[in-house]
Amino acid sequence: MKKALLVGVGLILVLLLVFVAFGLPVGEAFGRVIQGAVGSEAGLSRTLVRMTPLLLISLGIVIAWRAGLFNIGGEGQYIVGGLFGASIALFQPNTVLILVATALGGALYALVAAWLQIARQVQVVISTILLNFVAVQLLNFAVRGPLQEEAGRTPQSERLPDAAMLARFNPQTDLHVGVWVAVALAILVSAWMFLTPSGFRVRLVGAGPGAARANRIPVSRVQYLAMGLSGALCGLAGGIELTGIAGRLDAGFPQNYGFLAIPVALLGGLHPLGAAASSFVFGGLLAGSTSLARVTAGGDRLIYVIQGLMVLGYLAFQAYESRPLKEAA
Amino acid sequence: MNDLLLYATPVALAALGETVSQRAGVINIGLEGMMLTGAFVALVVTVATGNPALGLLAGGLSGVLLALFQSIFTLRLAQDQIVVGTALNLLLLGLTSALYRRQYGSSGALLSLPTLPRFGGIDVGIAIGLIMVPATWWLLTKTRFGLALRGSGEYPPAVEAAGFSVLRLRTLAVAFGGLMGGLAGAYLCVGPSGSFAEEMTKGYGFVAIAMVTFGRWKPLGVYLACLLIGYLEGLQFQFQALGIKAPAELFLALPYLIALVVLAAVGRGGHAPRALAVTYKRGAE
Repeated sequence: MKKALLVGVGLILVLLLVFVAFGLPVGEAFGRVIQGAVGSEAGLSRTLVRMTPLLLISLGIVIAWRAGLFNIGGEGQYIVGGLFGASIALFQPNTVLILVATALGGALYALVAAWLQIARQVQVVISTILLNFVAVQLLNFAVRGPLQEEAGRTPQSERLPDAAMLARFNPQTDLHVGVWVAVALAILVSAWMFLTPSGFRVRLVGAGPGAARANRIPVSRVQYLAMGLSGALCGLAGGIELTGIAGRLDAGFPQNYGFLAIPVALLGGLHPLGAAASSFVFGGLLAGSTSLARVTAGGDRLIYVIQGLMVLGYLAFQAYESRPLKEAA
Repeated sequence: MNDLLLYATPVALAALGETVSQRAGVINIGLEGMMLTGAFVALVVTVATGNPALGLLAGGLSGVLLALFQSIFTLRLAQDQIVVGTALNLLLLGLTSALYRRQYGSSGALLSLPTLPRFGGIDVGIAIGLIMVPATWWLLTKTRFGLALRGSGEYPPAVEAAGFSVLRLRTLAVAFGGLMGGLAGAYLCVGPSGSFAEEMTKGYGFVAIAMVTFGRWKPLGVYLACLLIGYLEGLQFQFQALGIKAPAELFLALPYLIALVVLAAVGRGGHAPRALAVTYKRGAE
């Protein structure tokens, strides 16, 4: 709780700092962000819509990082998920099938990195980022080639039929049922991670493969499991974005969710429920900062600055908290 | 041959700096962000002074400052090198793009900058890369300082016991890594291209890190690995010139695919510094 308060205060301070540094009118900028995020039903629905992929990907990141695997390939796994989903939709435009395909695609892509780590000792942090760049080109290729719409004018895939799209609560807003899927999964992942032997093994492997091995835990198998689940969640994020909002793939499909979700997971204390809270806050910030672009060019890019500063501040505080006792005295 | 050096140099500069940093036990995940900032600073300084050499220098210095900033977290506060680097990358990505758009508009006006003068096909960026191969090799293998540096990447307590400060050694190593990363980014800007684009480093920082592994943490090996990436970059244009049709996306993905394939092929092996990315705190062991 204390940490949540700290992150909240930190967020306000960092926002203030960034607004002042970029010469924005502080009052107006705050007002715009809050108004844009939670000021109306439309704003709140925008926030929840942005929160959904952030939450799903950050859950994936929590699982992998807790297992000691620095998966920063959420972006790539989300894209490959989307590609799998859009491909299956060509044959069988069924929502459930599409979502399963996206999770599978994300999982398979993440398992490539897991294999590289386990069999070839190539760090996941390097391989996943390289795989991100490959996925981006794969997407660009697909929407100009095999997946391009029949009309063939624009580099984008065929729009999904309405029947394959997720249900919406209110036809006036974009909010779809995917948000409940994400929240339910946050609770599920939390229960799995802290209440089941399998979740315990994942955390034990992350705490130290040596100790895990000594306790006869099949470390590689646990790592494959963690990375597979992680990728499945990131892929599913792509699937829910596809069937909930986008309806089709184009080069703008990823929207950097895969990168934005990393600080979300970190600031959520690498806890599934913390990730839920933090993705709500950053979903709001994303929804709110779109209107900042109207105040200053590049305003919507400031969210990266805010996130980066917050993580660094969080790390500094963590270091201060865990300083040796003699220094504290 | 000249083209090869032109394409290879940005990655090679970054990778040579990263080699020294990693031999001292620090992996610089923030390299990508440092390159990007180096490119942006080079743009600003070159536009202001009209002198691309000053732009290159300023880009390198920005890398040093960023590396020192990062080292507060990784070395002094002993936080995880990967987490810190990831945060720094986000911060710098946002900062360079927000500043760039503020200055030049969000459409990104097409900029044309003066480029570094070339003498017989060699400019100062290429020359630095070529000189740094023997220079870093000599530093790492033939000097007492280099021995201590490598020691802090292998077994830091022994280096402390010999009277060196691991903190100081690692700080110097990451500052050099930052310098080279900043130069690498600046070279992308004031080298042959003479332009800047948001996210123009497009993952080359990470490709450079991969090339350090591929080159087995040895300057010459790393440089040769980067020449391979340079060769692939050039291949695209050769194919175009020959009229061979292949999807452009394939060529754009090639550097990353090759990096992945070589990493899978060579693995990490026994060459990696044993204390790489391991946080060292005096008296903590």
